[in-house]
Amino acid sequence: MKARTMGRHMKEGSKNIVRNGWMTFASVSAVTVTLLVVGAFLLLIMNLNHFANSLEDDVEIRVFVDLTASEEEQDDLRNDLQDLPDIQSVDYIPKDEGLEAFIDSLGEQGDYFESLRDENPLNDTFVVRADDPQETELIAVEIEELDHVEGVEYGRDIFDQLFSATDFVRIVGIVLIAGLLFTAIFLIANTIKLTIHARRTEIQIMKLVGATNSFIRWPFFIEGLLLGTFGAIIPVSVLAYGYHRFYETIGENTGLDFFEFLPTYPLIIQTAILLLGIGAIVGVWGSVMSVRKFLKV
Amino acid sequence: MQDVWKTYPNGVMAVNGISIYIKKGEFVYVVGPSGAGKSTFIKMMYREEKPTRGEISIDGKSLSSTKEKHIPFLRRKIGVVFQDFKLLPSLSVFENVAFAMEVIEESKANIRKRVMNVLDIVRLKNKARFLPHELSGGEQQRVAIARAIVNNPAVLIADEPTGNLDPETSWEIMHILEEINDRGTTIVMATHNRDIVDSMRKRLIAIEGGRISRDEIRGTYSYES
Repeated sequence: MKARTMGRHMKEGSKNIVRNGWMTFASVSAVTVTLLVVGAFLLLIMNLNHFANSLEDDVEIRVFVDLTASEEEQDDLRNDLQDLPDIQSVDYIPKDEGLEAFIDSLGEQGDYFESLRDENPLNDTFVVRADDPQETELIAVEIEELDHVEGVEYGRDIFDQLFSATDFVRIVGIVLIAGLLFTAIFLIANTIKLTIHARRTEIQIMKLVGATNSFIRWPFFIEGLLLGTFGAIIPVSVLAYGYHRFYETIGENTGLDFFEFLPTYPLIIQTAILLLGIGAIVGVWGSVMSVRKFLKV
Repeated sequence: MQDVWKTYPNGVMAVNGISIYIKKGEFVYVVGPSGAGKSTFIKMMYREEKPTRGEISIDGKSLSSTKEKHIPFLRRKIGVVFQDFKLLPSLSVFENVAFAMEVIEESKANIRKRVMNVLDIVRLKNKARFLPHELSGGEQQRVAIARAIVNNPAVLIADEPTGNLDPETSWEIMHILEEINDRGTTIVMATHNRDIVDSMRKRLIAIEGGRISRDEIRGTYSYES
């Protein structure tokens, strides 16, 4: 295509936006509202996801070493553990340290157990984390088979509940976003279809004097692109400002140390790029879809 | 045009086996009562409708075997004029005509020269800046003709170009069409206008019931009705 033709398409596309002022307003509003909801959901889901991930990261397997194991045998076990596939880390907690932590965690009442220091009943322990927390159960079973292991503990109940909860949140989020996007595409396609309807003579004439389909499509493509992008700008700014304020006031100190919100950056940049991209794709898709019907002359 | 048939999806058999050959540079009237298949016949020539059977060729190129992708290039060899002009109301006379050249990506300088040239042929050079609604019906039809011939088509198809015009203006249009025909463009014109057909004698093809009922070199309109 010649550069001059591209210039014409750009001009035509933007002219149409101005010429169909109200339709433009309607399309842009449709995108704005939809993307605002999609964006808010996105932020919510990303935070929930983040929360779920941080909970998952806390899932660990405690491997109690046989009391009778010698130091060499302990080293063997450590190597065995590290050789397992899909293992993220293996940490060693000697029994003295373990007792220390136990007593500390009880605070005042821990004093009763001070006497145990001389005759420590605890085992030396390895703490194993899986690459993928969802694999934890399988790995725990494997570890139980190893030599010099007295027992394995990984909080099965909490673990199962946690995974079904986080999966649920993710699935609900994805379904909701997909539904909203579908609505947005439909709305844009419809509004552009109305503006195209008004221009059908123009398209018909273009076809009759021998314009190629792509030549006719280009201005609409650009128009859709602009509509979608314009529609994304408002939600992006509102969400950016809103989230920033939210994070400043409550996000940083929820009072819960196990739950923290994602910081504004880079989250909001990612969201902005995503929303602009979605807006552009939705706009282009809507307009190209609706012009297709009119090209069959 | 070879043994062309057209059946619409709703079962109407509009054209039932028409075969004609139109020579380069000919001027042909297509007449026939409403609903005789005249419009379908015309529409198939610029491929708004596809024949269900048979073969239409223009300038040696078959319309039915041309791929969808190449249809636009084929259309550039055909100019079409309609009864209702089909001008773009927001564009000036000049822009309306230039539009046909813009969409085939002609250069600006070429467009200017050529558009003024055809506006001269249809004698509207002095109204180039006017908008369609500021013109009379005849003038609007002349703009449409200018647009149809601006890309130098081999064939000009006119679907009742005088249908909406008074007799005097119709003659004006006819003289312009004849002039265009004299320059070598083949013209196929569907019409109901008895006066014109009878006094400006040309080859005449009459269609009735989807078939050719007459094909005369210098025919007259009259058929029993």
